[in-house]
Amino acid sequence: MTAAVPYLDPTRAPRAADARSGKIPAAPARCLHCGQPCVGVGSSAEEKPFCCLGCQTVHALLTENGLGQFYELDATPGSTASGAQKRERWNYLDDPSVQEKLLDFSDGKVAKLTLHLPQIHCVACVWLLENLFRLDPGIGRSTVNFARREVSLTYSKHETALSKVVGMLAAIGYEPSLTLRELDHPKAASPHIRRQLQLGLAGFGFGNIMLLSIPGYLGLDSFSGPFFRTVFGWLSLGLALPVLVYSAADFWRTAWLSLRRRVATLDVPIALGLAAIYGQSAYDILTHRGEGYLDSLTGLIFFLLCGRLFQQKTHDRLAFDRDYKGFFPLAVVRKSAGGEETVAISRLEVGDRLVLRGGELLPADATLVAGTACLDYSFVTGESEPVACEVGAHLYAGGRQTGGAIEVETVKPVSQSYLTSLWDNEIFRKDGGLSLDTITNRYSRRFTWVVLGVAVASATFWLAVDPAVAAKAFVSVLIVACPCALALAAPLTSGTAQRVFGRAHIFLKNALVLERLAEVDTIVLDKTGTLTGNDASGVSFAGAPLSAKEAGWVLSLARHSVHPHSLRLARTSAPGTPVAPVTGFVEIPGCGLAGEVEGRLVRLGSLAWLGRLGVAIPAGVVPAGSSVCVAIDGRFRGCFLLTSPLRPEVEALVRSLGGRHQLALLSGDNAREEARFRALLGGRATLRFDQSPTDKLRFVRDLRLAGRTVMMVGDGLNDAGALKQSDVGVAVVEQVGAFSPASDIILDAAQLPQLARMLDFSRRAVRVIRAGFILSGLYNLVGIGIAAAGLLSPIVCAVLMPLSSISVVLFACGATRWAARRAGLTDATPAPVAP
Amino acid sequence: MNVILLLMLASLAVATVFLGGFIWAVRTGQFEDTGTPPLRMLAEDDLGPIDKTPLPESKQEN
Repeated sequence: MTAAVPYLDPTRAPRAADARSGKIPAAPARCLHCGQPCVGVGSSAEEKPFCCLGCQTVHALLTENGLGQFYELDATPGSTASGAQKRERWNYLDDPSVQEKLLDFSDGKVAKLTLHLPQIHCVACVWLLENLFRLDPGIGRSTVNFARREVSLTYSKHETALSKVVGMLAAIGYEPSLTLRELDHPKAASPHIRRQLQLGLAGFGFGNIMLLSIPGYLGLDSFSGPFFRTVFGWLSLGLALPVLVYSAADFWRTAWLSLRRRVATLDVPIALGLAAIYGQSAYDILTHRGEGYLDSLTGLIFFLLCGRLFQQKTHDRLAFDRDYKGFFPLAVVRKSAGGEETVAISRLEVGDRLVLRGGELLPADATLVAGTACLDYSFVTGESEPVACEVGAHLYAGGRQTGGAIEVETVKPVSQSYLTSLWDNEIFRKDGGLSLDTITNRYSRRFTWVVLGVAVASATFWLAVDPAVAAKAFVSVLIVACPCALALAAPLTSGTAQRVFGRAHIFLKNALVLERLAEVDTIVLDKTGTLTGNDASGVSFAGAPLSAKEAGWVLSLARHSVHPHSLRLARTSAPGTPVAPVTGFVEIPGCGLAGEVEGRLVRLGSLAWLGRLGVAIPAGVVPAGSSVCVAIDGRFRGCFLLTSPLRPEVEALVRSLGGRHQLALLSGDNAREEARFRALLGGRATLRFDQSPTDKLRFVRDLRLAGRTVMMVGDGLNDAGALKQSDVGVAVVEQVGAFSPASDIILDAAQLPQLARMLDFSRRAVRVIRAGFILSGLYNLVGIGIAAAGLLSPIVCAVLMPLSSISVVLFACGATRWAARRAGLTDATPAPVAP
Repeated sequence: MNVILLLMLASLAVATVFLGGFIWAVRTGQFEDTGTPPLRMLAEDDLGPIDKTPLPESKQEN
């Protein structure tokens, strides 16, 4: 199982961070290592509580190796240890073809690689991962990049192996997320270095040229004489050249590309303006007419690069893996003539025999050969209740085996399986078109033509009236209209908006989403996992109430299972319920649990299973939805009804959303709760039940074809297709950083109540962008007016250009922050992902 | 006035040295991660000698 899956795993107990934010009711004891409540098969040593044997082992391992400081740096700093794992799972990593793709460097003796460990969450993690050499002497230096959740380490190929290193990391709770993407495309060289060098060089040129220009500004030429003016001019020309060529290289490249595609982007007038300013300055200096505008030119490039770096920084923080392949376990166990071997799923072929252990995902459609399959299709259908299948049944890709190990034979290749086809449904792929179609470029397309038109018109006018002014007017129009202010307004506003969102644990894919978000008029909500919580408790008992003793028996049995229902039963039992040892415990996948507690035979399971075992079911007991029936000593005692309660504040949210937007609710569940949701959403809303992922996708598509701008809010897994189909797909995740491939926005589940404020803020932010455009447009109008009249003087140009840039920067940042405050968007507490 | 020319060259030379330093710093990756070093300094340095004895096999199996 990849590391991404545990976040999505309903059987997974809440993490320490969840507990700190108060989402989970207080539990009796917390694991010393990872902070999870010690329910289920707990474990303890030296009176220290642990949630599982895995955590206890890691604690022992760390303290024995003198790494006990791990627990002093942060309270309960550990990541959940996944318990006993088969070492063979990582053996495929020793395959040279796999290593070739993973390793950054290898000389046969020492290898260096970078691993993405999504579990890194605190200072103690950093410390532990940088002291890995104490756990495996074969590991050399290991360095953590906290912001990117990466560890880069060197290891000796003689003393250890990649599979051992990764296995050790997984054992101490940091299972690397090795996605296929990483295997398919080796990492590209970091573009950061080039960007930082460009910025540094631009700053260098800007600062020095500014110094050389001071005499000119202060009118000191009369003191220094024409000699220094010439020297300074030449020096400035020389200093500006590398800035123009190297720092502004990206502008030249994109301008050239968009010219070739015959699309006038904002980079075209920028490049044209840069060329014009440099040309004019060179002409001025060479003909001793003046100092030119090289200080403005380098300053302009410097500020433009700052704006882009600012935007890039925001992007990097929000870099989410959108590769759907990451859903699948990277390697599966294949049965071959010589026994079992671990292979990467990209190498699977039709007809392969696979062994699927509990918790693993089925990578391709397959036929069940042996064992009892009990597949959880929540990734595909949204239903978390496992489907039991008999031998010979057709199993669909994306299902997760929840019982014991099964053996299957694949019938379709991985790429053609059901899940991938759902994902590959990209007919209406929203970012399939030119990504140039942002607000900025929409304005700039007109702007470019207008500026060029004005420049040509004024040149033509002056050719007729006074040919000496014509060239000057043409160049000055391009200089003064150089749309630096226009170029800064949108990225700065959306960058600031994304930061505001990020602080509120709302992550936008890119700036384009902000614009689309502001246009949303229809909101489609998914029920399971979105409006209702996954791990919240809503357990009621139907039948004669259980006595305290009976409740104790039920808890004693339930705590031995990791089945979602058992976990919920265990978590919702009254505090102080007595727990007794269980003998003869059996868990029959897809059916239930049985065991002897204090001499009584207790069974928990489905109605049908109890019926088959000869338990007399009283007439009239027809539990709807998810239920767990209880039988004690073969006598039916009643059943637990598990309902999924609404997340807190959902009612207030729906009310505030309903005022402005058309609402719709889609659910994969049956219509049992229709009345409840009708009351919640009101009469105008559309409610659809029994929806398959394809139905959801079609519903969203029909809405869009009807001309609506649709925001789809789902959990990002079972409704991946619908999320992608929508104008704005919002994935509500329990854990920030959890993998949600189809979404445009990833929203921390705790921030769901902020959805209305998020929409409000996006509308305000887009208004700020428009206002920024108007502001810089006014500057440009004034400037172009003067320039076209042939009255442009160096002072006007030098004052107007930086002034317009700086005022637009201040306006964009200030107004966006003000808009966030007006919209009531508040920061998420506790502190977000990373400082 | 020639002293201005000298000063000019000196200042440019100093600036170029700093530019060179900046390029060196960027190329050696010193700006790659600005988030982790502040966390790293929170941990104590003195851990005592490293226990060179190999770990029991049962522990590694987990």
